[in-house]
Amino acid sequence: MRQVKDKTRIVITGVGLAAPNGDNMAEFRSALLDGESGIGMFDTRYMPPVPAGVCKFDQYRHQTKKEARRGTRAGSISIYCANEAVEDAGVDLDEADRSRVGVFIGITEHGNVETENEVYNLAQYDNDVKFWTHHHNPRTVANNPAGEVTLNLNITGPHLCLGAACAAGNIGLIYGSQMLTLGEVDMAMAGGVSESIHTFGIFASFNSQNALAMHDDPTKASRPFDIDRNGIVVSEGGCVYILERLDDALARGARIYAEIAGYAHNSDATDFVLPNPATQAACMRLALERAGMKPEQVDIINTHGTGTGQGDQQECMAIRDVFTGDKKPYVNNTKSLIGHTMGAAGALELAGNIPSFDDGQVHPTINLDNIDPECNLENFVIDKPAHAGHVESIMNNSFGMLGINSVVIAKRFVS
Amino acid sequence: MTGEGIRQAIIEIIKEIVPDEDLSGIDPEKPLRDQIDLDSMDFLDIVMELRKKYRVEVQEKDYGELATMNSTINYLLPKMESL
Repeated sequence: MRQVKDKTRIVITGVGLAAPNGDNMAEFRSALLDGESGIGMFDTRYMPPVPAGVCKFDQYRHQTKKEARRGTRAGSISIYCANEAVEDAGVDLDEADRSRVGVFIGITEHGNVETENEVYNLAQYDNDVKFWTHHHNPRTVANNPAGEVTLNLNITGPHLCLGAACAAGNIGLIYGSQMLTLGEVDMAMAGGVSESIHTFGIFASFNSQNALAMHDDPTKASRPFDIDRNGIVVSEGGCVYILERLDDALARGARIYAEIAGYAHNSDATDFVLPNPATQAACMRLALERAGMKPEQVDIINTHGTGTGQGDQQECMAIRDVFTGDKKPYVNNTKSLIGHTMGAAGALELAGNIPSFDDGQVHPTINLDNIDPECNLENFVIDKPAHAGHVESIMNNSFGMLGINSVVIAKRFVS
Repeated sequence: MTGEGIRQAIIEIIKEIVPDEDLSGIDPEKPLRDQIDLDSMDFLDIVMELRKKYRVEVQEKDYGELATMNSTINYLLPKMESL
């Protein structure tokens, strides 16, 4: 990927997002710089209320009530984000060849929400399956969120969802970039979504794993790298980027947010849930190599850190292993503010940091009151934004269960 | 339930299925699908809601009976008049 030509340089020209503390890039960035948490208490079935992040975007801004009723929450989040991204990119789809547009949405999982609700509803009818909805299959097929976008925007190019646990947002970006590089599409709507908070199962499973965050004040529940962290805050969210090859973006005079400088995706092959710092470090190194960059050239690392004991420590171990030089990058953690948006996390957290190229600031990590000595990286940005001045590059880490690792490096666009 | 009661029940069901549609001017003699945006999955929703709300079964061979509002009322009257 070094010395690539304009045809194979991939740039971000539009962003649409839904976060618990913002419905667009400007609101989201402002909340992150202000250290404003998006976490509140949330009612879920069979359990006491749990801390969680809920998106507040206007669901009917880009889809009809009928579409929303027919589809899924993940579909609605995807449709909102995709439409916002198209508007943000200044793309007129009526002028575009819709058969050359692809939709690639990362998901942690899909179908659990619909299945759980149907099983619950069926119990109200003595489990007589003639009351099971005919919408079950189209709602739960794994391509549902991306497919709903194609229906809403009448896009006839390829679409699919990429199941990649909590690395999925980055993986959506990576796959979209690859499809552009291959020439399979001329424009990619790529990112990730999660609607997981609408099933009790995700909370109950983390609870049984002793990995569900609890705190009297929900805004303090998500505290990655803090000595008093006690688990994950699950949130919903979404982020879809418009990706284009550089020559196409330049030809239409698009505003360019950033360039995808490099990426990597590998596997631990060690455990269902526990991470592996050696393969995480290998993933960071591979992304740097493909970007043609040295660790010293990274200005900001957005950490994956979720608030689990071992996970946070091992990511720090991997970062120390890679960043051995004298110049240490700024380090922050977006999950401390919005919780873990699961399939959206990689894409959404990158969107929270990309404005650094323009405003020269690094958004803070909150709730990092007493840093775990095992997580004590230099240049952690805590409570207040850091004024970095000129930011050239951002490394975005996103890891997931079954040992899936992903790293995306975005850099300031220079023609 | 009277014919008028059935008409109101059907309108309520359709309102839930196609909430964006204006149902005030439906011609009872014309096919529903010519007047409002109802596809085959929506039609199955009507059948499902009749089952859930009124325990009324509409067999597949009888789906054609639900073409217009009046034909729907005529078909459902014997099944729902005792409700």
